[in-house]
Amino acid sequence: MDISADHPSPAVVAHGLTRSFGSLVAVDRLDLRIEKASVYGFLGPNGSGKTTAIRLLCGLLAPSSGQVEVLGLPMPSGAEKLRTRIGYMTQRFSLFEDLDVRENLDFLAEIYSLPRRERRPRIDQLLERYRLTDRARQRAGTLSGGQKQRLALAAAVLHRPELLFLDEPTSAVDPENRRDFWEALFDLADGGTTILVSTHYMDEAERCHRLAILERGRLVAEGRPRDLMRNIEAQVVEIDTPHPRRSRERISSLEGLLSIAQLGNRLRALFSPDSPEPARRVEKALEHAATSDDASERSSEVRLVEASLEDVFVVATRHRPRTASSGSSR
Amino acid sequence: MIHPARILAIARKEVRQLRRDRLTFGMVVGIPILQLLLFGYAINQDVRQLATGVADLAQTERSRQLVAAAEASQVLDIVERVQTVQQLEDLLRQGRIVVGLVVPGDFERRLERERQRKSPRGPGDEQPVEALAQILVDASDPASYSAAAGLRSLPPPARSGTSATPRAATFELRPYFNPERRTAVQIVPGLVGVILTMTMVLFTSVAIVRERERGNLELLITTPLSPIELMVGKILPYILIGCVQMVLVLGVGRLLFDVPLRGLPQDVLAGSLVFIFASLALGLVISTIAQTQFQAFQLTFFTFLPQILLSGFMFPFDAMPEPAQWIAEILPLTHFLRVIRGIVLRGASIPDVSRDLWPLLLFGLIAMSFAALRFRKRLD
Ligand SMILES: Nc1ncnc2c1ncn2[C@@H]1O[C@H](COP(=O)(O)OP(=O)(O)OP(=O)(O)O)[C@@H](O)[C@H]1O
Ligand SMILES: [Mg+2]
Repeated sequence: MDISADHPSPAVVAHGLTRSFGSLVAVDRLDLRIEKASVYGFLGPNGSGKTTAIRLLCGLLAPSSGQVEVLGLPMPSGAEKLRTRIGYMTQRFSLFEDLDVRENLDFLAEIYSLPRRERRPRIDQLLERYRLTDRARQRAGTLSGGQKQRLALAAAVLHRPELLFLDEPTSAVDPENRRDFWEALFDLADGGTTILVSTHYMDEAERCHRLAILERGRLVAEGRPRDLMRNIEAQVVEIDTPHPRRSRERISSLEGLLSIAQLGNRLRALFSPDSPEPARRVEKALEHAATSDDASERSSEVRLVEASLEDVFVVATRHRPRTASSGSSR
Repeated sequence: MIHPARILAIARKEVRQLRRDRLTFGMVVGIPILQLLLFGYAINQDVRQLATGVADLAQTERSRQLVAAAEASQVLDIVERVQTVQQLEDLLRQGRIVVGLVVPGDFERRLERERQRKSPRGPGDEQPVEALAQILVDASDPASYSAAAGLRSLPPPARSGTSATPRAATFELRPYFNPERRTAVQIVPGLVGVILTMTMVLFTSVAIVRERERGNLELLITTPLSPIELMVGKILPYILIGCVQMVLVLGVGRLLFDVPLRGLPQDVLAGSLVFIFASLALGLVISTIAQTQFQAFQLTFFTFLPQILLSGFMFPFDAMPEPAQWIAEILPLTHFLRVIRGIVLRGASIPDVSRDLWPLLLFGLIAMSFAALRFRKRLD
């Protein structure tokens, strides 16, 4: 029994979860395990299956194959029993645009059968927490993008769910408000809420306790962000150069190069882990070029650096032939 | 388990949204009144004032009397006077007139012959009757045709001064319930049914589809709300709207067209409620089938047309071929027309019309269950 105390049953377990739409496999043999009271991230490019996976976990879609258990109940058959224990913030704004902020929350409070005495204080508290108090009488449709998302979050947590699904909750939120938003999420997690959040933002993904990187419906990397960065299957070379575009051309033909990206006056090149001394070779390539035409490229600075989460993402989601991708994540 | 509080929450939300949707809100009141005026005045089946052209080739005093008598009947409105039959036919073809009146050049002679034939000889020697004049009529509209045909037996003008004695009819025709035979009296109660069919089915058919299109459905189906709570909550406000429309149509019908109410108001209400329920349930069925509002509109009209055409609103039910009658028996409007005409025009009571109330109730219950069963709290 003490084992279960140490390892409480997970909030979400999925085995071989698959969902196809016609010939398209939107979610492909997904295995997941999400511990309670943690913040779990879904990171993936457009169309990688984040929304579909979340809908499968909420019981809004039936899987084509595979099993899911959420809070101990199989989905989608147990979905109705879980409605009051789950909160879901949809990617697309799904509150009523022609009702005002408070009317929307009042409506949901009634639908969730919140005790009548609790309703007002609870809604006031949420308006306060998500800084919507002065917007309470504004129609939801006229809110700004960030305000809408804060309202949607307030609506999703209104009934104090144990498990919260957030589908790109901050896509329209500015960086400062995003920080506040995440503070609020961690407050919820500290209070015992399990949170699954999908995102495109690296800084957000890095905050998660654990992270799943999806690519074309497949799980291509999973783990704690720090571990993912440490165990990246690549060497990262950063180049400071006055002529990034020209330098990029010189480097692009080097062997073992996985990808190269420009960030202002900097280049970030990823080399496969087995390629020898990538920094030296980059330096050489640039030097060679400098002697041939322009002396200024000598001022380039090349160094091997720690991988960032973005590097992990790039390596994990780098397009490779579909057949070759099998087995790379396990 | 059904929570009345959730049903009320849905209903309240629906009313709020409706109040803020000015156009739809206007339609609630606007559609019935517009339709009433349209059907009451424009689609008046008492055919009068048919545009008429006259070619009086005789130009005698009595030929002019004949034309005047035809005009006095109010059926014809003489808009053109021409010289030849050819000109009349041209006008007819161009659609400028519906009826052409031709008085032949030998009108006086024909009149004389008619008189001689009538003078007492013996009943045995009937000669073929020669017409005095000719009516050309655009028969593509049967109503105009039969109205013009009614002029055939217009009595011939007598010698100047004395008035003509009308021929005696074999049967005396006595219309019941609508002695003036005004179409409005027949149409207005039927219009209650037609308007309710249109607005009730349309409002609810769009109700769930609209939430799907706006993305609200994904929110609703993740809540504990059950399909039946959603359905009932959605139709509740429209039941009230339906009653308002019914009162509006009958009230304005009474004001403008003197449509009587011979039955009890509460019977009208009870009958209408059953029909409103059936129509709303039909709308919900459409709403669970259609994926977009446009599809919902199309499906609504798909159910609307047969109801208008086959229910007995447009054409007399008994004149329809049998298969059409079978189909008509499935349609809610068919039964409601019998119910409402019975109560409003003949003073029938609920037991008198229960034969047609049961099918309505059954239709509503089946449709409602079908909609609630079809509605899945899923996206696929
Ligand atoms: N109902 C559907 N019918 C057909 N295809 C669908 C359906 N829903 C999703 N898809 C397809 O499944 C794939 C995954 O879609 P999904 O919405 O899960 O991606 P996502 O990771 O959420 O993308 P984004 O970051 O753009 O939100 C896409 O190729 C999409 O076109
Ligand atoms: Mg998505």
